[in-house]
Amino acid sequence: MSQNNIVLSVADVSKRFGGLNALSDVDLQIEEGTVHAIIGPNGAGKSTLLNVCVGRIKPDEGHVIFDGEILDRHKPHEINQLGVARVFQTPEIFPDLSLLHNVMLPALAKRDGAFKFNAWVGLERENALRQEAEHILEDVNLYDERMQEAASLSRGNKRRLELAMGLIQKPRLLLLDEPTAGMARHDTNRTIDLLKKLKARGMTKVIIEHDMHVVFSLADKISVLAQGQIIAEGTPQEVRGNPKVQEAYLGGAH
Amino acid sequence: MLLQERKDLFLMAIFSFVVLSAPILFQPIGAGYPDLLQKFAIYGIFAIGFNILFGLTGYLSFGHAAFLGIGSYAAVWSFKLFTMNVVPAIFLSVIAAGLFAALIGFVSLRRSGIYFSILTLAFAQMSYSLAYSVLTPITNGETGLQVRALLKEGQTRGLLDADIRVIDSFFGVEEFGIPITNFFGLKMSGWEGFYFCAIILIIAFFISLKIFRSDFGLMLRAIKSNQNRLNYTGINTRPYLLVAFMISGMYAGLAGSLLAVTDPLAGAERMQWTASGEVVLMTILGGAGTLIGPLIGAGIIKYLEQIFSSINNYVLFTFFDFLPVELQVLVTKLTSLFVGEGWELTLGLMFMIVVVFLPGGVVEGINRIMGLFHKRKRKEDTTTNHKAQPAE
Ligand SMILES: Nc1ncnc2c1ncn2[C@@H]1O[C@H](COP(=O)(O)OP(=O)(O)O)[C@@H](O)[C@H]1O
Ligand SMILES: [Mg+2]
Repeated sequence: MSQNNIVLSVADVSKRFGGLNALSDVDLQIEEGTVHAIIGPNGAGKSTLLNVCVGRIKPDEGHVIFDGEILDRHKPHEINQLGVARVFQTPEIFPDLSLLHNVMLPALAKRDGAFKFNAWVGLERENALRQEAEHILEDVNLYDERMQEAASLSRGNKRRLELAMGLIQKPRLLLLDEPTAGMARHDTNRTIDLLKKLKARGMTKVIIEHDMHVVFSLADKISVLAQGQIIAEGTPQEVRGNPKVQEAYLGGAH
Repeated sequence: MLLQERKDLFLMAIFSFVVLSAPILFQPIGAGYPDLLQKFAIYGIFAIGFNILFGLTGYLSFGHAAFLGIGSYAAVWSFKLFTMNVVPAIFLSVIAAGLFAALIGFVSLRRSGIYFSILTLAFAQMSYSLAYSVLTPITNGETGLQVRALLKEGQTRGLLDADIRVIDSFFGVEEFGIPITNFFGLKMSGWEGFYFCAIILIIAFFISLKIFRSDFGLMLRAIKSNQNRLNYTGINTRPYLLVAFMISGMYAGLAGSLLAVTDPLAGAERMQWTASGEVVLMTILGGAGTLIGPLIGAGIIKYLEQIFSSINNYVLFTFFDFLPVELQVLVTKLTSLFVGEGWELTLGLMFMIVVVFLPGGVVEGINRIMGLFHKRKRKEDTTTNHKAQPAE
């Protein structure tokens, strides 16, 4: 496994919010084709780390390097065009648009780039794109709702919709922020099944997750973040046995 | 042909039919004469264009009258310098408004929400006061820019007071006094003038329909829905907004040039903030973000303006003739606040009522009524299984 290419490398990243060290000297390497989980208690800085990766916030120190590009020097849309997609912790969708259009938008962005003035091609003529979107919606079990407004979905379904929006771009790196948080048990299981199915497709993923069940059934590698620092790293077995982790995180959860 | 396209073709057919037969259709409400119908068409174009920006992206510009004014000035200059033919005038107006919109949009679109609105308002007010001060050599200040008789040999008058019309002169067009605008010889007055505007309205509506149904239109709607998300989806929203802003500015320029076609005179008051506000009212009143709403809004406002502002105290007094004299005087005094010069008071009231009770405008009202009708039908016919369709 360690022979793999590094797709994303977080190098000595620090971020302070006022007096709070949200991230201090975080180092992280994500290998191509793996599912890399980041776990840690609430407020550990997990979402902040993803925010740094997609250009939502700038790090105070350090850099995030993706495929030779320094991401923290790029704008959010450029980062996406480079091949990094993100699914947010609180669903970020297009509430006034249909599910189909929600999923077609990222596909359009992937096909046409950051800007294309395309006022003469009718949306209805985009057959290939629509079929692709319908397939993805089938994958996430939302096909029947495809003509509905996204605002009408339950929270769990909104998150699955956003997952579909990430997946349709087939990004080189997909960042998932707690994809199952706030979902009912059976919803969670459905999402795990889906993520497992996707794992077979070999997309590199970083997944932030609270649910240990999800983490241990999906991740190839786990990094544990606590108070803005990586305190442990390794395979699920290694992390499970690490006393530091037990104390900082797992101990509290059990 | 695809379903949506067939529906749109049908929509275009009905639309064109209604517009072209407006002289007959609007006869019963006393609007079947060219001056007013022309106004409907011109302000309809203005509102349709405004809706491409405001209705689709949600960016509320409070300065679109600036483009209307620029369109008028450019058209009148074209009449003065080149030809009374309207084609070059329209062309120049649209280009000038588009360029100006690119400039204003480039700056204003750095902000969103209320700050964007204020920036556009500031720009329009600047244009308005510039037209009255520094730019007087171009705008002719308070008098306004007008078409004049040709400069005769030996005369030494400025271009504001005498025209040259190089293209017309080149072709040896004879002029007696002050000429009328024309479309390759066809005089743009009376019904010809209306039909010219009507055909341009149909084209303008068609372009707007195309934009609504396109990839580009979806992007604009996504900006309104969640601009932030769109950025993380790989879309650079700024150029999309700028293009939408320019297109709506060009529509305004087109409307401005048509105003000059029907009456070759341009004044700065066309750029005043009240004119910018008016197109906002039209769009919201009819239904922002809907295809046809802004046009309906423009029609309603221009129609009521015509009626209310023509009523004077005498008309009111006679109308309330059935009341005892003291009451007749009182009621006349009260109602006179809302008519004539006070028409804007009525407009304001009407606007408040619509925004409070029918925020989606007239189109929402129509949809609601249709909805009631459908519901009743469904109750009668419970065997068929209707599935809720998303609203257009
Ligand atoms: N934009 C922000 N401004 C100020 N404080 C923030 C901001 N974002 C996150 N924080 C703080 O940084 C810490 C880490 O937050 P976060 O990364 O969201 O944690 P996690 O996702 O691990 O639960 C928290 O204490 C949070 O309150
Ligand atoms: Mg978080």
